[in-house]
Amino acid sequence: MYKISVEKLDDLFKKASESRTIYLPVDKENGAKFEKWSEGKKLSNALNTVRSAKDFIFPQTENLADFRISGKNIEVRDAHEELEDFVIFGMRACDARSFEILDKVFLAEPVDTYYKNRREHGVLVTIACTKPSETCFCQTFGIDPTKPEGDVSAWICDGEMYFESNTEKGKTFIESISALLEESGSEAVEKQQSETKEILAKLPLKDVKTDAFGGDKLNELFNSPKWAELSESCLGCGTCTFVCPTCQCYDIRDFDCGKEIKRFRCWDSCMYSDFTRMAHGNSRNSQLERFRQRFMHKLVYFPANNDGQFGCVGCGRCLSKCPISMNIVKVMKTLEG
Amino acid sequence: MQSRMIERAKQLLADGTVNRVIGWKKGEFAYDITPAVFESAEEIDKDFVYDDFCGHNLSKYLIKESRKEGKLLAFLKPCDTYSFNQLIKEHRIIRENVYIIGIACDGKADAEKIKAKGISGITGISSDDDTFTVKTIYDDEKISKSEVLEERCTVCKSRKHAVYDELIGDEGEVNENSGRFDMVTKLENMTADERYTFWRNELSKCIRCNACRNVCPACSCENCVFDNPNSGIAQKSAATSFEENMFHIIRAFHVAGRCTDCGECSRVCPQNIPLHLLNRKFIKDINELYGEYQAGVEDEGRTPLTSYTKDDCEPSIVNERGCK
Repeated sequence: MYKISVEKLDDLFKKASESRTIYLPVDKENGAKFEKWSEGKKLSNALNTVRSAKDFIFPQTENLADFRISGKNIEVRDAHEELEDFVIFGMRACDARSFEILDKVFLAEPVDTYYKNRREHGVLVTIACTKPSETCFCQTFGIDPTKPEGDVSAWICDGEMYFESNTEKGKTFIESISALLEESGSEAVEKQQSETKEILAKLPLKDVKTDAFGGDKLNELFNSPKWAELSESCLGCGTCTFVCPTCQCYDIRDFDCGKEIKRFRCWDSCMYSDFTRMAHGNSRNSQLERFRQRFMHKLVYFPANNDGQFGCVGCGRCLSKCPISMNIVKVMKTLEG
Repeated sequence: MQSRMIERAKQLLADGTVNRVIGWKKGEFAYDITPAVFESAEEIDKDFVYDDFCGHNLSKYLIKESRKEGKLLAFLKPCDTYSFNQLIKEHRIIRENVYIIGIACDGKADAEKIKAKGISGITGISSDDDTFTVKTIYDDEKISKSEVLEERCTVCKSRKHAVYDELIGDEGEVNENSGRFDMVTKLENMTADERYTFWRNELSKCIRCNACRNVCPACSCENCVFDNPNSGIAQKSAATSFEENMFHIIRAFHVAGRCTDCGECSRVCPQNIPLHLLNRKFIKDINELYGEYQAGVEDEGRTPLTSYTKDDCEPSIVNERGCK
């Protein structure tokens, strides 16, 4: 394990940004947001960013290709080349796990080369949580926020920041800043971990269980009469899907700029009326069906196709942001109750 | 208040005046309340709640609910009744299928403002007069209610109901000096560049979740132009900054003269964009150019933007007023 004084983090960011772009959560008027580091920007103490880290590997809108027309020539510009190496410094354990879930979708055959490209350019530095919120339930999905995954795990205790690398990429990153780090024992980190675990045991959502869900529960859950009351006040907006670190549905469109076509992909939402609309029309015409799709995907279809892994990481963003406070925890409790 | 509402709801269900009740349902941590329809006294006893976190405007749900079999009891706060009247005027709610109980409101709390004070791990919130006691897994905290009111409640335009069949609680007054246009005036006094910077900074945060549109009682089109894949407008994301601005500007134009300033758009925005300021600018302009007008005071009659008079301002007013 290595450490650095928190006061010297600016030096670390300066050094690391010589070879890569550093993104870190910074405090804004309405919550923390990932921003590119530049001199003077401070790492936020917020528990989490309002938008998830998904944006880095699967941005809300992404140019896939440009087609420029001049005379009889069509010039095709490939967007793969634009990317630079980057570090996401200060992700939480929930967001780190969401990358693993997204990998299962985008890195499975046929591999999504745009996603793979971003994923390969990025190094993930995660920071352990010490003050979880009432909306946190990552424990339900087997995530340990005191030992977050990622290329490098970090802990902030008593004015020091401790690092441990988990992958080759992480090791290379630590080496690139090693001049600023000193070797250290792990006692302070272990003490913090056990203190945080005591807090985790008191969280109001600590008992949310997944036993009633999974790939083998398809018919019984799909046909549950409870979807009607659960979806009754849903506004059909896309807030839950857009703040979610694991929602992965997208749409590809061509944007006509006159003498140029921009082919872009953007997030889609199963809550929207034209989601998966095809020539014959739409397969889910009511909000009940669209609402059910979102939760069946995370709690049944995803585990059915991915060795039992659920498509939720318990980050709690949908709990804070849904305009009518309907969310996956209420859905799980109602369906199993 | 809550117990009187529950008692009355159960009476009206029992005597057959209504067969359903729309209100608010308890959540997990006191503040995460969901609008819900209750069909029995048992359901009401189990989950019905009315407290400082029941900010949702229930009027828009009545478009759908008033078309169902039987009569529905709706509990409406003063500002919700303006939306109700406006929807009646637009023939979107079937009036005879709704029984309205007007309920007094002294402002609703914004849970995000409580959290922004660094309070986390909330397990319960109790209130007495002016103070919230927030129970958390860390330390309990006391905060003054006025510090965490929703923006719209800090400039409440009326505690008087525009419509009701009966009332619970004392009827309030219209507040002519709410100060709700102060921020609009401030924006008007900016230079065009400053104002542009202000709005680009705000609107560039938009994630096109459409929550503002879907919650808005004035946005009641059966099919929104932005949901039409053939409209040539990207619906799920802004392809350019131009589109980012246009979504909100088009929406503001479309609800102009019909927006009652209920403030739901800003309450639900996950990015905290002050969308109500666009609508308030229109309201302020209508007041100045056509005479004082508050949408939703009446449920019939002509409105400034839908009736022509010779005194109407000309489009040239834009140039006459100029731009700093």
